[in-house]
Amino acid sequence: MSSQQNKNTASPAARTHALEESLRAKGLLPEGAIESVLEQVAHWRPQNGAHVVAKAWTDPAYRKRLFEDATAACAELGYEGPQGEYMVALENTPELHNVVVCTQCSCTAWPVLGLPPDWYKSPEYRARVAREPRPVLKEMGLELPTQVKIRVWDTTAETRYFVLPMRPAHTEGWSELQLREVVTREAMIGVAVL
Amino acid sequence: MDGIHDLGGMAGFGKIEREQEEPVFHQAWQGRAFAINVLSIAVFEHYNTDAYRHAIERMNPRHYLQACYYERVLTGVATLLVEKGIVARQELQEGAGGEFPLASSAVANDEMPAPEPSAPFFQTGDTVFVKNVSVPGHTRVPRYCRGKTGTVLHVAPAFTFPDHNAHGRSYRKEPTYHVEFEAGNLWPEAGSRGESVVVDLWQSYLEPRK
Repeated sequence: MSSQQNKNTASPAARTHALEESLRAKGLLPEGAIESVLEQVAHWRPQNGAHVVAKAWTDPAYRKRLFEDATAACAELGYEGPQGEYMVALENTPELHNVVVCTQCSCTAWPVLGLPPDWYKSPEYRARVAREPRPVLKEMGLELPTQVKIRVWDTTAETRYFVLPMRPAHTEGWSELQLREVVTREAMIGVAVL
Repeated sequence: MDGIHDLGGMAGFGKIEREQEEPVFHQAWQGRAFAINVLSIAVFEHYNTDAYRHAIERMNPRHYLQACYYERVLTGVATLLVEKGIVARQELQEGAGGEFPLASSAVANDEMPAPEPSAPFFQTGDTVFVKNVSVPGHTRVPRYCRGKTGTVLHVAPAFTFPDHNAHGRSYRKEPTYHVEFEAGNLWPEAGSRGESVVVDLWQSYLEPRK
């Protein structure tokens, strides 16, 4: 079978190298082009989302702007770009918990969450979380009270979601910089609380 | 297409494995394959994002499930560059020193009508029905919500209609909607246990319901 892997299949590393060399030989891959993309990737980090969350926790006017237009509110802090053309922040409350998935591929708000981790892209997470969110979250370490409603957001079009977690009670009086340190990517995807 | 990529609600998958302190790329080739795809879409415009998603969907399901995410990216990029005549499969296989699996050919959605004019037809709070359509090419309607009734939570901006864009047929935009479905309406075992799924759907996928 030629369309799947067998013992004659080249490794992904060898295939990538061959594709790169083939494009370069045709003059279709300028020197430094790949490196420039990788430099850009390094700027897409969950710390960006943590900045947005911490600011929303400490600045009521910013929080209001975040729910009116998350794309603009993230851009205020310098977080914008591909896979962030239209972002929406989802507010967790004591009654409602939000969790984000992309069941058909692995769409993610790159500017605020970074490129997604392997578990988010796994067939296991993509297949299961929409149908059995409570068992999946429990398995991942988050057991929600049964009275908390769960909304699973499937990223099937071009909106890119991220969760605004509830601020932990023990952080009263903390500065925005201190708060950034407690915000995790898992909480902004909705598979953890803080 | 009713492909392996449309995983939502599929049974039998096991535990979700999480790695602590996970790097963005585990191996250098993964970053390079990702970068070649970004450049092919955004800089060289060899193809668009919808065509790219569809190329991955066209992978042999056995290969799709075995491949890591970046091997799927690599296979999608290479498939499109070969299909467009930019590189030849033969030269890729010679360069790689072995077989270079690609995805199967695309079949366009000929029966899908052109999108309606882009003014939003639905409003927040409207009840909508998802057309129960199965197309041979690219679409972004998950199987699990076809033929189901939901409620519009939010009217999102207009975006290029993927069912056409993936096949190079039309770049027209139309509104998208965040549509909420109660879990009991999607999954027979769910009952009314306080869960819902919100799916982001293009206007052409929807019909009004009173």
